[in-house]
Amino acid sequence: MWRRVFALVAKELVGLWKDPKTRFVILVPPLVQVVLFAYAATYDVTNVPIGIWNDDGGAQSAELVRRFAGSPAFHIVASFQAPAEARDAVNAKQVAAVLHVPQDFSADVLAGRMAQVQVLLDARRSNSALMAQAYAASIVGTYVQDLHPGQRPPLVMLTRDWFNPTLESTWFILPGLVCILSMIMALLISSLSLARERELGTFEQLLVTPLRPAEILIGKALPGIIVGMIDANLVIAAALLWFRLPFRGDALLLEAMLVLYTLAGVGIGLVLSAFARTQQQAMLGVFVFASPMIVLSGYAAPVENMPPLAELISRIDPIRYMLVIARGLFLQDIPLDVVLSQAWPMALIAAGTLAAAGFAVRRALS
Amino acid sequence: MMSTLMRMRGLIRKEIKHVLRDPSAILIAFLLPVVLLVTNGFGISLDAREMKLAVVIMAPEETARGMLQALDASPYLAVQRALSAREAGQALTEGRVRGALIVRDDYSQRLSRVAAWPAQAQLLANATDPNTARLMEGYVAGALQVWLTGQGAEKRQPPVAGIDLQYRDWFNPELRSADFIVPGIIAMVMTMAGTLLTASSVSREWEHGTMESMLASPARMSELILARLICNFALGIGSMIMSVLIATVVFDVPYRGGIMALSAAVSLFLLFALGLGLFISTLARNQFIAGQLSFLTTMMPAMMLSGMLFDIAAMPHWLQFVTYFVPARYLVSILQTLFLAGDVWPVILPNLAGLVAAAIVTLTATLLVTRRRLD
Repeated sequence: MWRRVFALVAKELVGLWKDPKTRFVILVPPLVQVVLFAYAATYDVTNVPIGIWNDDGGAQSAELVRRFAGSPAFHIVASFQAPAEARDAVNAKQVAAVLHVPQDFSADVLAGRMAQVQVLLDARRSNSALMAQAYAASIVGTYVQDLHPGQRPPLVMLTRDWFNPTLESTWFILPGLVCILSMIMALLISSLSLARERELGTFEQLLVTPLRPAEILIGKALPGIIVGMIDANLVIAAALLWFRLPFRGDALLLEAMLVLYTLAGVGIGLVLSAFARTQQQAMLGVFVFASPMIVLSGYAAPVENMPPLAELISRIDPIRYMLVIARGLFLQDIPLDVVLSQAWPMALIAAGTLAAAGFAVRRALS
Repeated sequence: MMSTLMRMRGLIRKEIKHVLRDPSAILIAFLLPVVLLVTNGFGISLDAREMKLAVVIMAPEETARGMLQALDASPYLAVQRALSAREAGQALTEGRVRGALIVRDDYSQRLSRVAAWPAQAQLLANATDPNTARLMEGYVAGALQVWLTGQGAEKRQPPVAGIDLQYRDWFNPELRSADFIVPGIIAMVMTMAGTLLTASSVSREWEHGTMESMLASPARMSELILARLICNFALGIGSMIMSVLIATVVFDVPYRGGIMALSAAVSLFLLFALGLGLFISTLARNQFIAGQLSFLTTMMPAMMLSGMLFDIAAMPHWLQFVTYFVPARYLVSILQTLFLAGDVWPVILPNLAGLVAAAIVTLTATLLVTRRRLD
């Protein structure tokens, strides 16, 4: 049996490898994507273009503006005299925020009254708006403290950021890219495999060979797993060598989990493949499934933020589980029982999808 | 001229038959947008809420009640008690909570005497997700501030003179992330649908060997391409109309722009995307490569480099330069403005120019590549 399976796997791999364009497509795009997306995926806000609308001529407001100018979070690109000017600049996306200091600001500060300041934000970019809000609050907060040097605040909160003390976005995104790029590869290879044979009419030839359905399935599954693992490890290498991510967990455990994970992906791909008549349909299936899988996995936004129904659907998404494992093993050496609690849903998904694909192949036989 | 028209009619009829025979194209144009919009629209929510926070209070119970109430009152935090810092730390490591607030036993004594200020609290955050960690830190600090201000008022302490900082969020006063993400998703949908509609069509003809027979017919290559473009363009427009309807009806995103700007932007973008699909499928020898290239050039860049999720202004400069080659960027910018702000021509016109350039580049490239493949 294994000789036959081996022959089929070899045939599939040779088919992928002999074509230089396919070879290129397996190796280069993942690396390009890693570099582009790791740098792109930053929620850190620096150099937010800001406009100043200062109705107050006093020294205190000048000091506040100076502090905004000195902060790396903001970059002053314009100043306004009238509300219409500020509105036009925000509309035209010339500035993402406007600091408005009303007329009596300096007088209020000097008199010890509560002074008013407004920050107008362009909420078309809501994440940047949230972050700019936080930075503005911290600048104003420090300014208030410096106004009353003798006065100590009643309570200070010391913050420790565990596992990622400098809050690097790349540390968060790269383990996610390991999962996503290998999943896309596993899905594409496995989903096109059966569909291709069917479209070209070679599926019948495959069925009349001595290969049993289970063997056909294994033979079609292994290339997807192998190529998925190659891509996952390319991204891991880039993360460790180029982006200098820490790796605090057990590398072998991560590899084992990746095998299980790509197996689940291949299972989904084979089911899509079994139902598709043409490669275009299979590819469409991959697109229709992959995008929600990525989105609902918690890759870009935490699973807890989702509405209950979306959260429920995300439970049949292998990426969701692998993300927890990959992030956990890269950054914090999560305990084995946490890893296993994420592993068994992936095993279930793999078993379920492979069984369904096997059923579809067997039905084609009879 | 006459024969060209006749050939075009025949070719278009052939394309329509293709569409009707294989439901893929209809599925791409109408099912894909629904699936993508609904899952993405509900799935990507940057509005954090109910972040789990373990609170350890090593002080007598009654002194902490007010603080706990204030934390509980925050819609963004779900507070649970933990008995020791060790226990909280473990919950943090295992991912059961996002953060742990540890309040030392002397805090209420220190808090009650101005001379002993400041009392201390420690917030541990699981920063594997730095964005959420940062938001949580802000919410905890905010809740504590509310509580302290209330306490100061209760004890008739003189109010601390300070600055009242107010925020006004224009265009999206509640900062609903759906309002800003859904237009971005439409751009992603249009990229994928447009490209996919044509991506596998030509590579399929090569793979099946029907391309040779098409080439042997009197139809010219440009006519073949044009017929395919016209047919898929109609599908793409239908797909766009449906996306906008879903956005406004299901997600309740306001639409403040005009029809003119929207049609212009979408038409240009479709020309680009359909052209890209044709280019990929002409270049790729088989459908696996066509599929992988479509993924590489559409979905991921449209998600990561278009400004839909991540602010382009926050990216490194070289990468900001790269985004100019991602046409989804122009469409995202136009759509966000049309949906949330209205017809703001200073934003729309430069982006339309970008789309014109993108469409010209992909269509010319397709023509050139096809001509070369003929030799």
